[in-house]
Amino acid sequence: MKHKTFFWFFLPTGLAMLLFIVLPIVSVILQSVFVEHEAVLAVVENCGPFGCKQETTIDQSATEALRTARPLGQFAGLEIYFNRGHLATAEVSEAWRSRDGLGDFLSTINNLPFYRAMSFTLVYTFTVTPLLIVLGFAIAVGVNSLHRHLKGLVIFFSLLPMIVTPLIGSLILFWMIDSRGILGSALQWMADDPTLSLKASTGLTWVMLIVYGVWHSAPFAFVVFYAGLQTLPKDTLESAMIDGASRWQQIRYVVIPHLMPLLTFVALIQLMDNFRVLEPIVGFSAEAHATSLSWIIFNDLAGETRLLSSAAATSVLTIIGVSILLSPVLVRTWRDFHSKAE
Amino acid sequence: MSSKATQQPFYLRVIVYAFVGFWLVLAAFPFLWTFWGSFKVELDFFSIADWTNALTGERTQQVHGSSFTGDGYEGAWVKEEFWRAVLNTFIVCFFVVTISLTFGTLGGYALSRSGHSYTFWLLIAALIARAMPQITLVSGYLLPFFEWNLWGYLPTSIIVLVAINQPFTLWMLHSFFQKIPKDLDESAKVDGCTQFQAFRFAIIPVMWPGVITTGLFSFLLAYNDFAVTTMLLNKENQTMVPKIASFLGTTQTEGNVMFAVAAVVSATAPLFILVMFFQRQIVSGLTAGAVKG
Amino acid sequence: MFLKKVAASVALSIVASAAMADGHAKCDIAEGRVNIVGNEFPAIQTVGAGAVACANDNVEVKTNLTAEHQTINLAGMSTTPAEYTSAIVANSSIVALMNEDVLRPLDDMVAKYGQNLKKNQLITVDGKVMAVAFMANAQHLVYRADVLEKAGIEPPKTYEDMLVGAAKIREMGLMENPLGGAYKAGWNLAQEFTNMYIGHDGAFFKAGTAEVSINNAQGVATLEMLKSLSEFMNPDYLTHDSNATSAEWKAGNVAMMNMWGSRVGPLKDEEGAAEGVAANTAIAGPMTVGGGTTPATTLWWDGFTVAKNISDADASATFQALTAAIDPSILNEETSAQAVWLIDGYEPTDAAVGVFAAAEASSVPYPMLPYQGLLHTALGAELPDFLTGKEDAAKTLADVEAAYNAAAKEQGFLK
Repeated sequence: MKHKTFFWFFLPTGLAMLLFIVLPIVSVILQSVFVEHEAVLAVVENCGPFGCKQETTIDQSATEALRTARPLGQFAGLEIYFNRGHLATAEVSEAWRSRDGLGDFLSTINNLPFYRAMSFTLVYTFTVTPLLIVLGFAIAVGVNSLHRHLKGLVIFFSLLPMIVTPLIGSLILFWMIDSRGILGSALQWMADDPTLSLKASTGLTWVMLIVYGVWHSAPFAFVVFYAGLQTLPKDTLESAMIDGASRWQQIRYVVIPHLMPLLTFVALIQLMDNFRVLEPIVGFSAEAHATSLSWIIFNDLAGETRLLSSAAATSVLTIIGVSILLSPVLVRTWRDFHSKAE
Repeated sequence: MSSKATQQPFYLRVIVYAFVGFWLVLAAFPFLWTFWGSFKVELDFFSIADWTNALTGERTQQVHGSSFTGDGYEGAWVKEEFWRAVLNTFIVCFFVVTISLTFGTLGGYALSRSGHSYTFWLLIAALIARAMPQITLVSGYLLPFFEWNLWGYLPTSIIVLVAINQPFTLWMLHSFFQKIPKDLDESAKVDGCTQFQAFRFAIIPVMWPGVITTGLFSFLLAYNDFAVTTMLLNKENQTMVPKIASFLGTTQTEGNVMFAVAAVVSATAPLFILVMFFQRQIVSGLTAGAVKG
Repeated sequence: MFLKKVAASVALSIVASAAMADGHAKCDIAEGRVNIVGNEFPAIQTVGAGAVACANDNVEVKTNLTAEHQTINLAGMSTTPAEYTSAIVANSSIVALMNEDVLRPLDDMVAKYGQNLKKNQLITVDGKVMAVAFMANAQHLVYRADVLEKAGIEPPKTYEDMLVGAAKIREMGLMENPLGGAYKAGWNLAQEFTNMYIGHDGAFFKAGTAEVSINNAQGVATLEMLKSLSEFMNPDYLTHDSNATSAEWKAGNVAMMNMWGSRVGPLKDEEGAAEGVAANTAIAGPMTVGGGTTPATTLWWDGFTVAKNISDADASATFQALTAAIDPSILNEETSAQAVWLIDGYEPTDAAVGVFAAAEASSVPYPMLPYQGLLHTALGAELPDFLTGKEDAAKTLADVEAAYNAAAKEQGFLK
């Protein structure tokens, strides 16, 4: 394709992404290297319905001058990236110096918000992604072999975990797994432990979030694989049959290779989405036991005073994290691309 | 389906049906539970006393004299005018899907047919862009949107949703287009068509399976979005999800959870019809694509 | 076409006269644009509707009342001219707007149009009126009269009594987890810490500076008290916000809790409550702790502000519309139950006595400091570690201070 033709084909999508994603990313990167001006504080008397009180406030006229001089704030370089809320370099090296064995060092590190979030995020990403791919694939193969008339209904019900708004979906599940809800009671009965509560223990909370993650995202893998199965070349499959391949061998040597590009696609998207896990943590009120990078951003932006630079720095770290995570898949895509181009 | 390759021995058929049945229970149970519970009062649905109340509706019986009540639906639809939100959602979904697919097919097609190395980097850039957490993006939009008087309107949210969704759409359609043999449009070009004509007459007729699947995901994204719609829409332009969230109450004030539950159930009904309609397209469309491929 | 217009204007005049009759005759505003952003609970809906009733041919009045108001009000008031001419805020959230200097002092307008406002409705900062408060709120004791009677205990005056009472109720087998509370990790838990720390007479900061100082004896005592209380709560207490706590209450699982005054009305509502719960729901003033005299609670107000970046005409239109919206004439049976109004002529309902008791017991308002929000966020994120038993109190408090310091440096409050 000619450069010019390509340009016109790509223009609408490129422009939309440039305006609404690339420019904001640039501004976020910029934001992350600036901090607010030093606030000039003054003690004044505040009065209200409940009486008067001496309180500290910001001296606006003094701060105003600083703001007009440098509207972006003070340049801080990478300071925010290295502070306690993020990479915490000073705290980590301090922990290393005063360590009392590796376990002690790790538990000190795990107490820092960024590393705590990372540990859950990584465990979540690397358990949920493979599990949902396997489950999605199994459902796709299963549904594909059903009778034609059943398929529509089954597809609809299979999509439900994805369709029901995560906000409400997690609220309802949250009640179902309550120690007095139907699933919680069932678990207590199965474990024969009437005090079992999924929400009160860190370990069980993690399991609960992972199960929810698989349940919620399996339909995505299912639909993509199911679509892929429809384009499966029947002649290849039949010739494999004639060659005496068993059912398992057919799947292993014909179906899976055929679905490989789709598998890469699902893995890419899901690794990325799971790395940015947020809704289940908020929906299940699990922040006491599990946090993620996205949750840190959410928390920075939800406070009464919004920590914009901090949120920006965590966002940039998320992008870097995703890039590292996806690099093996990207290298593979690069090779595919080259073999295609040649 | 009558092909020999897909005929299964009996035991395998049993396993397959059992597995699919198990999955269906897993997938649909919370929803059916919600559907059943939406006709109860809150104390029954979120039955702290005893979970069986959610089935029998004991409190509902006491309050309404029957174990079913339509109060949640009445409250959501009549009192809270949920239909406005439904209308807004369908406007948003319709435009997000059409615009996303238009932009996406053009871009995805171009990416799949151009051998230049910048296409690879464009795809990678799109993917990295997608890694940006949505809440950061959205909170970055606030100030410029207010400044240019764009905040609060449906078209703004639509274009933002389209843009946020583009990387995904591009990747998905790109991989579908790669599966369509190049000879198809190459031969059209040999016959004297321009690139666009080749796309129009050779590719569009066979691209539907991929487009429908991608469209389904675009639709679900727009339909379920919370981050964008809740922060970029005015109260009167709200779509369903933020509206439902507003039924839940805040720290200092009581919400009405049953309105939310009823709203969730009624919001799923149109999707049922939609999927039932499109599953035929998915099944038959995909099969047709396979024959041509 | 002509008929349609006539019909429309007739309909309009009917609406207008109905509004007039409703007591909104006072707002004869000449011209201007009014756009209000605020939370969506019923009392604020009433105020919003009151302001909208002031609209006429030359005055446009719009409202956007949503739970997301806090994320959009700053951006919406920072533009020139500001999109929102007014934000309805509380004593914690006004700070974010004052920090960015988007609010206008209201003294001249109060002098001109505010004759009906009481002196205690005016929120002044350094002598300048920055907001006009119209309602109050506070957390206080809510208890089950029947359960306490059965256990033979008086409604507790202190948290220590509450612990004794809870132990007795559990011992007698009346309830498994007799205490409740919004202890959800995050904002709610931080709020409970703030209450309890104030009850211990603790100071959050070194006077006149942004330097935090909570890692002290009072801080440790506060955490120990929170933990002792949590042992009488449902094991999932770290996931219970005020919605979940109210649900526990209505199901009859809880005998005593520290709860928002604004939630008492629904708690006393028979509908949706288990047998005998609503009728026996009683309230009392907030409790003290550790032998202190300051109740372990905070007082809150909600009020309106006016944006800085708007024309004077729009500002006075906004002020007039909102003053009319909180005129004493809005009070009737329905609106009186919606909130604890600070408006002249408001008669406290049964549900309001807790908030009044809190104010009379010389409780203190939630601190209106520019950096209090940062500490609140840090508390919410770090305290669960202590309650789940991962750390001791001193370590947790040190973590809170470290998290606060990082945030305060970023915001320019600390060097």
